[in-house]
Formats: sequence, structure tokens, C-alpha cells
Amino acid sequence: MIKDEMTSMERVLTALGQEEPDRVPYFLLLTMHGAKELGMSIKEYFSRPENVVEGQIRMREKYGHDCYYPFYYASLETEAWGGSTIFYEDGPANAGAPVIKKIEDIESLEAPDVWDSPQLLKVLKSTEMLKDHAGEDVPIIGVAMSPFSVPPMQLGFDKYFDIMYEDRELFDKLMEVNTDFCIEWSNAQLEAGATAICYFDPVSSPTLIPRELYRETGYKIQKKVTSQLNGPVAVHLASGRALPIIDDIADAGASVVCTSVIDDLTEVKTACKGRMSVLGNLNGIEMRNWTAETTANTVREAIEKAAEGGGYILSDNHGEIPYQVPHEVLMGISDAVRKYGQYPIDR
Amino acid sequence: MENDKRASMDFENALINVDRIAAEDVIKKALHVGEGDVFRVIDTIISPALESIGSKWEAGDIALSQEYMASKITEELTNKMLPIESPQRSSRPSIGITTLKDQHMLGKQILKALISSNGFNLIDYGCMAIENIKEKLKTDNIEVLFVSTLMLNQALTVKEITEFIEQEKIGTKVIVGGAPFLFDEGLWKEVKASAMARTAVEGIHISQRLMGE
Repeated sequence: MIKDEMTSMERVLTALGQEEPDRVPYFLLLTMHGAKELGMSIKEYFSRPENVVEGQIRMREKYGHDCYYPFYYASLETEAWGGSTIFYEDGPANAGAPVIKKIEDIESLEAPDVWDSPQLLKVLKSTEMLKDHAGEDVPIIGVAMSPFSVPPMQLGFDKYFDIMYEDRELFDKLMEVNTDFCIEWSNAQLEAGATAICYFDPVSSPTLIPRELYRETGYKIQKKVTSQLNGPVAVHLASGRALPIIDDIADAGASVVCTSVIDDLTEVKTACKGRMSVLGNLNGIEMRNWTAETTANTVREAIEKAAEGGGYILSDNHGEIPYQVPHEVLMGISDAVRKYGQYPIDR
Repeated sequence: MENDKRASMDFENALINVDRIAAEDVIKKALHVGEGDVFRVIDTIISPALESIGSKWEAGDIALSQEYMASKITEELTNKMLPIESPQRSSRPSIGITTLKDQHMLGKQILKALISSNGFNLIDYGCMAIENIKEKLKTDNIEVLFVSTLMLNQALTVKEITEFIEQEKIGTKVIVGGAPFLFDEGLWKEVKASAMARTAVEGIHISQRLMGE
């Protein structure tokens, strides 16, 4: 195979196999920008799977990145549990009032059936349509909230920390129900055509809980979920630090770790020791103000730090590029990857 | 002095280990030694411990969950010693706190607990639209407004508040905090805030400094 004829799928799989493809693969994890692309509100955009598919296809045509990302918004999962979503004109949707009003309600909590949720079915429909469009040429990244990280939306962060520290019985019950749901939801996306699952687990980050507590909780849950998924898993800590728990994340079965700008990319790559690939870690918040020069230099620096030998996919550090990031910056990232990311990397 | 330092360290360790009983024990002993002087206990035991916990959080040595549990336990203990309605509590400066329209409340809860633990009262505006916040600033004579937000779009709307304050010559100082400000160190200036706080404890210090206390 001639290297520069690689499809996105070949490029990504080669990188994940710890080898150097034609150039560094990059994932622009764009969600809300699809609404801009189609000239509609974020709420309207996510109301129809066809919108998301059209948005994803147009954005990839424009920026040439190496994946489709049919992720809607995090609280879509809690809608399946009976929750609500608050939409904004210029930012990611938030979960409305917690579904679990009293923590005692956890005792009788039952997971929703994925196939009975119109919201989840929209995502599955988007995934199927993207798969029909992409075939085997472009990876499709499905998203599932970790059973361990969805409770802040289910009952609020404060109550969640309260039971995590002081009512382990209720905590375990919640994890059991959430884990069943997460496995079913992730596998449904894989069946619909997702290539891999991005397992969002910010609560496991040492930014949010100490490693000792993570080892007793989030680590075991990730291990259980990962072992029952019918596809590879990328663990995303959504801007939280990853470095202190890299070995744990690898041991729990992840193929990719998505790391924060707080972590040094070289250190993360070294710590992965070829067991996992690294995705990250451009600062999405600063990105909206980047000049052309800053964009090019930042991309170049990330590539120089992590791309050698494969095992690296360039991306933002949060798993969703803010709505405020302009077209020029996204285009600048794409141009810079093509300029500085050709293998072998020229340092 | 040395005893206070040791007691404060014991209190800090109890908080980090989420050991309510040990934390309460330290406070009870300190109250006994100080002949019931609550503010002495706050100044010599509680504040230094929270200060150290804030620094450790900023340095990445402890996690947010530990900071949250520490602030919660401390607030409970302080409220026992110094009930919210106590006339001994300070209502100056007049402090307000909001997340704007952001539904993420944890940062606000930590800050609120710490302010309360330092013997101050405050008005919690919760999650509130900009227009309502503007009204409150006019009617409540707020001297310091804390804005804690996790979302970039909400962080950017702080500018509407600061420009309103300038235009109306209200004089309220706005202190911002939360992830967008941590990930973009120039953002607080962009939205014309008076200051940015990396930790809740730093927020309290900044408010005192801005108010000249």
C-alpha cells in the first residue's frame, strides 16, 4: 500500500497499532458546529438524526479530519432515564433537574431499555446512516458516559460525592444499574456501526477524586464495562488529568487514553509504553482566540511531542470543541497537521 | 501558637481523610482551650487548614472531591458553633454568588461552604439569568459578586455584568472562577472581571483584599 493513499480508517488503525501511517491522524471532535453549518439552532440541529449526519459529513469534507463523531450531548443519556435537557444558543446542553430526587430512590432504580428511548434511537440512527456513508473508510466514534461519571447528572455532584464517601451500599447499587445500561448502550452503538466507544469518565480523573478512591471505584467499573464491550474503548477524562492513573486505565482495558492539556503530552506518551495510544491535547478553551501562528505552532509542538512511532491521534483535550472556536482555527489545525504531521516526523 | 499549628494540621488531615469525628474532636478541644472563642478557632485552626487544602488542590496534590468534602464538613462544624442567624456573623462585605445560567453547582457549593466557614454570610443567587442578576446587583447592594461557571459560553457572559456595573456605577467587584478561567488565563481580563480565583480560598482572600480589609 502506498502510504499517502491511506483512508482515514487505515491511518487511524495503523497509528493505533503503534506504527507510523502516512501522516498523523486527527480527530476534530465537532458537535455543535454542525448546527452552524446547517444554519440552525443547536436544539433544532439535535432534534433529527439526519441533521447530525449532514453536519458531520459537511464538517469532515471541510476540515478533512479522520473520524465521524455522532455524539449529541451528554444529558441525552439522562433523558433516557426520564431527565430533561436545557439547551443554549451558544454552548453545550446541560442536564436539567436531577432525575433522582432523593438518594433513597436509588434503591428502586431501574435502567431504561435502550431500544425504548426515542433519544438514544436518534443517535443509533445517525450512527447507522454515517456507517452507510463511510463504509470501512472512516472511523465512527460512539460515545457513552461511564457508569461512574453519569451520576452528577442523575443526582447532582454533591449528593454523588456524599454517597461515594459515606454510603457505599447505595453507591454500589447505583453503579450496578448504570453499568448494565452503559454496556447495553455502548454495544448498541457498536452494532449500529460505531468503530469504537469513547468512554467519558471525568470523575475518574485525579483532578476529581484521589487515585486510591478511583482504584476502589471507577477503575473496577471501567474494567467491568470494557470486558463486556464488543469493540475497542477510548477513555476520555474530559480535560481532567490522566497521567497519575495511566497504568490503571491501560490495565482496565482501554486502547486509547484521551488526555488533558494539564498533562505533558510527552510524559503521557512515554507512560503509555505502547500499551495504549494517546489522543489529545489541544486546549479547546484557548483555541477560540488562536492566531494562525499560534495554531500552527501549537499543532506542531503536539506532533513533535507525541507522534513519533505512531500511537498518537491529535485532538482537543475535552472531547468537544467549543462553539466559539471559529472556522479559521479549525482550518488552521487541519493545515498544520498536513504540513507538520507527515511521517517520518521532521523535528 | 505551636499547639494551634498542630491542631490545624490535625484538622486538615481529618478533613482530607473525610474523618468527621476526628475533625469535630479537634474543634471541640480547640474551643475548650480557647474558652469558647469561636473566631479564634476559625482564625487559628479552620482558616489555615482550609488555606492549605486550597493550595494542595491548586497544586494537584488533592482532588476536588476531597476539597468538597472538607468544605462540607467544615461548614457543618462551623454552623454548629456559629449558626447562620448568629449576630456574630459578618455581613460585610455584602457577598453574592451565582453560576449564571450554568447548571453545574459544585464550585459554587464549595465556595459557599468556605465563606460560611469563615464566619461570613452571603446571598446565593443559584443559577440565574443575566437580567435577573443585574436587578439583584441594584437592589441588594452587593459589594462582591462571585461567579463560578464550568461552561465557556456562560463565562463569556460575565462581560455583560461587568459592563453593566461600570455603566450603572454600582461599584460591585466581580470575582470569577471555574474551568474556563483555569484553562484560559486571559479570560478573566477579557470579560473585565475584577479578579480570578483559582481556588475557593483564594477567592475569599481576593474579596478581602478588594474590599480593603
